[in-house]
Amino acid sequence: MMLGRRALLRAGGAGGAVLLAGRGAAAAAPPRDLLVQAMAFDDVISLDPAEAFEIATAEVHGNTYERLLRIEPGDPRRLAGVLARDWRVAADGRGYRFELRDGLRFASGNGLTAEDVRFSLARAVKLDKAPAFILNQLGLTRDRVDAALGTDGPLALTLRTSEAFAPSFVLNCLSASVASIMDRRLLLAHEVAGDLGHAWARRHHAGSGPFLLRDWRANEILTLDRNERYHGPRPALARVIYWHVKEATTQRLMLLKGDVDVARNLTPQDLDALADAPAIRITATPKGGIYYIGLNQKHPILAKPAVREAFKWLVDYDALGATLIRHIGRPWQNFLPAGLLGASDAMPFHQDIAKARALLAAAGLPDGFDITMDVRSTQPDMGMAEAFQQWAARAGIRIRLLPGDGKLTLTRYRARKHDLYLGDWSVDYWDPQSNAGAFAYNVDNGENPATKPIAWRNAWDIPALSRETEAALMERDTARRAAAYVRLQDEFRRSSPFVILSQQTQVAALRREVQGYALGPTSDNNLLAPVSKSGGGA
Amino acid sequence: MIAALRFLGATALTLLGLLAVTFFIGRVVPVDPALAVAGDRASEAQLAAVREAMGLNRPLYVQFGRYVAAVARGDLGESILTANPVAEDIARVFPATLELATAGIVVGVLGGVPLGVWAALRRGRAVDQLVRVTGLLGYSVPIFWLGMMALVLFYVRLGWVAGPGRIDLAYYYAVPRVTGLLVVDGLLAGHLGAVRSALAHLALPALLLGYFSLAYISRMTRSFMLAELKKEYVTAARGRGVGEARVVWRHALRNAAVPLVTVVALSYAGLLEGSVLTETVFSWPGIGQYITNALQNADMNAVLGGTLVIGAVFIVFNLVADLLYRALDPRVRPQR
Repeated sequence: MMLGRRALLRAGGAGGAVLLAGRGAAAAAPPRDLLVQAMAFDDVISLDPAEAFEIATAEVHGNTYERLLRIEPGDPRRLAGVLARDWRVAADGRGYRFELRDGLRFASGNGLTAEDVRFSLARAVKLDKAPAFILNQLGLTRDRVDAALGTDGPLALTLRTSEAFAPSFVLNCLSASVASIMDRRLLLAHEVAGDLGHAWARRHHAGSGPFLLRDWRANEILTLDRNERYHGPRPALARVIYWHVKEATTQRLMLLKGDVDVARNLTPQDLDALADAPAIRITATPKGGIYYIGLNQKHPILAKPAVREAFKWLVDYDALGATLIRHIGRPWQNFLPAGLLGASDAMPFHQDIAKARALLAAAGLPDGFDITMDVRSTQPDMGMAEAFQQWAARAGIRIRLLPGDGKLTLTRYRARKHDLYLGDWSVDYWDPQSNAGAFAYNVDNGENPATKPIAWRNAWDIPALSRETEAALMERDTARRAAAYVRLQDEFRRSSPFVILSQQTQVAALRREVQGYALGPTSDNNLLAPVSKSGGGA
Repeated sequence: MIAALRFLGATALTLLGLLAVTFFIGRVVPVDPALAVAGDRASEAQLAAVREAMGLNRPLYVQFGRYVAAVARGDLGESILTANPVAEDIARVFPATLELATAGIVVGVLGGVPLGVWAALRRGRAVDQLVRVTGLLGYSVPIFWLGMMALVLFYVRLGWVAGPGRIDLAYYYAVPRVTGLLVVDGLLAGHLGAVRSALAHLALPALLLGYFSLAYISRMTRSFMLAELKKEYVTAARGRGVGEARVVWRHALRNAAVPLVTVVALSYAGLLEGSVLTETVFSWPGIGQYITNALQNADMNAVLGGTLVIGAVFIVFNLVADLLYRALDPRVRPQR
């Protein structure tokens, strides 16, 4: 028997030796000019700005590409020139002229001229990928984009929109990722079968931003290096690594241990756990995303106005803010997130079960009713759905949850097969039209419309409100435009089949040695150029 | 020759069946794969164009036939999620799983076999109960929880092992990729720092996975050994005065090894499927995460390619188990 025991001891000893020998290569903290961010970026499917529309991609584009202008991170209602040093709007409201800065260069070394700007915008339209609609709205469609865009010398771009839109709308659209300016010569050198370099650009970089893409390995690592040809102030960081870490708790442990500088996808519980960690601080900013419940108006009960209103008196916003969305959101009741032009902070609803019951009784449903709710089986979606289920039960509404994978739920939602749907929606570009066009616009409530905005998905037939949304889009006076959206939201809160739950907060936990790190209202405004680190290795 | 042809035919049929089941299940799930490509913001015209380009408008049997024909040419298609050829993706993620699974099975065998033997020899005594409880824990404790606890203790508190990921970032671009197995590539490059780092990252997930294998292997070893130790040849050997260690390790274990080979082979194959939860907790970019992510996003080419590889792994391991079985047991060798 001694032999067996010795063998076991030997085996155990060998294992321990490997363990400890291995630890000899313990990870040191990332050096001063390297920033390591733990982040889940399995949503990245393409790095071509003409195609990509995901959160992580937007952040990469915000740091590796530049647009004519961008929103001011400190004041998201203002725009600042990036490649454009000046711009003018013609008296008829349709003509725009952008003057470019002199001496601009791409990371490749190629000069950046107005011809690159014209090419990039036209290319996004011609490739006609999902984000192209942002430019299509301006009248930059495939058949007219070449005529609508022009150059006047190497440093001036002209644009003629199809209508006299609100200038703020046009300029905001041009600050979106899809309007990133790309290296025409580099792309055409990699063009295959007339694809304008699309296949190549899905995995490579052709921009002029402060960083350039060095490497992307899906669901593993994404590395940015400093662009030494950048025309602006030289970034302090030589390299930024996004490390795909899917699990929030793993991100927290790596941050505590100092293996990463920033953790990006922490849950409220993780953030609570870090509250007393002296080496860590939290940064947060309101984000352009909201959580909401949609009531499908094809359902005869949900189509009753009193039932729609009853749903809005069910939500315990205080409890929601204090628990489920603590750190990662705040209660909200409007379709425009705070920070956007025309955003309203009106919050007329609070939990009033008696009132909800009375409204149901008035609708002929004193005993409530049974209904289903589609929801993604992720957090915080599931938590919010379960909470709402309990609140609704107190008023007699018996909700059966239908949790599903994101794509499954979305497929059902886009086919209007749901009763209730709980999900989130983020602005596509930093302009009120982005959400107004989704929630308060539906001009074809038939089964096969050209687009399927959120209002259509819930079969909310609103010809009059849609006209008001169109009018707000054309309002050239910015103050009057803002007022128009406030009015739209007043009506939306009153009559819509939507229960807006919260506005998302973008939050990151970082080590204290990281300086200048700030999150913007949109992912493409999470700027890395101002970031530096004190202490650490060389 | 005929046996080899028969094996190849059976293998091809098995893989075809596997592909067919995966393909048709993937297509009947009510998810629009075009949504994964074009995104939620796409117009109906854009979605229609994507469906056309992906061939989703064709009848299912035509889609399947075209897919199989492409696979026969070695083309597994392109992943929607990574914009890479699926074969290239699998060549990238499978070595990560192979490295982890191999380390895990080594731990499982080196720990599980001696423990199983020990428990059999001490049947009903404290040691036996301990091994049984160890096995029970291996079956009942969620690997996700255990992984987190192990990280907190050994990585954060004690600092004995490196954290999640396969290697320290400092070495990430330092070792040229040859096999994709970082320990091997580090050795080939003569980069001992990278080897140490890879081992330090491998230690905890391998021990964890190995523990779960160990639980199964020790239980089966105990059972096989108990059966062998009751047999007459063991009594006879003891009667002849053969030392106890020799009786146990040379005689009984050698015979118990015959069925044990199948257990170990299937455990190894199971680990090579990729342990999604272990890969998630330890940020290990392996095939388990790859297939799961593909499934969640209706990336059917990636799902099918991954499934094909897993199927092939099982077939190869079954074959290896059969061959070892024949080598170890003279009774099943073909008679000349």
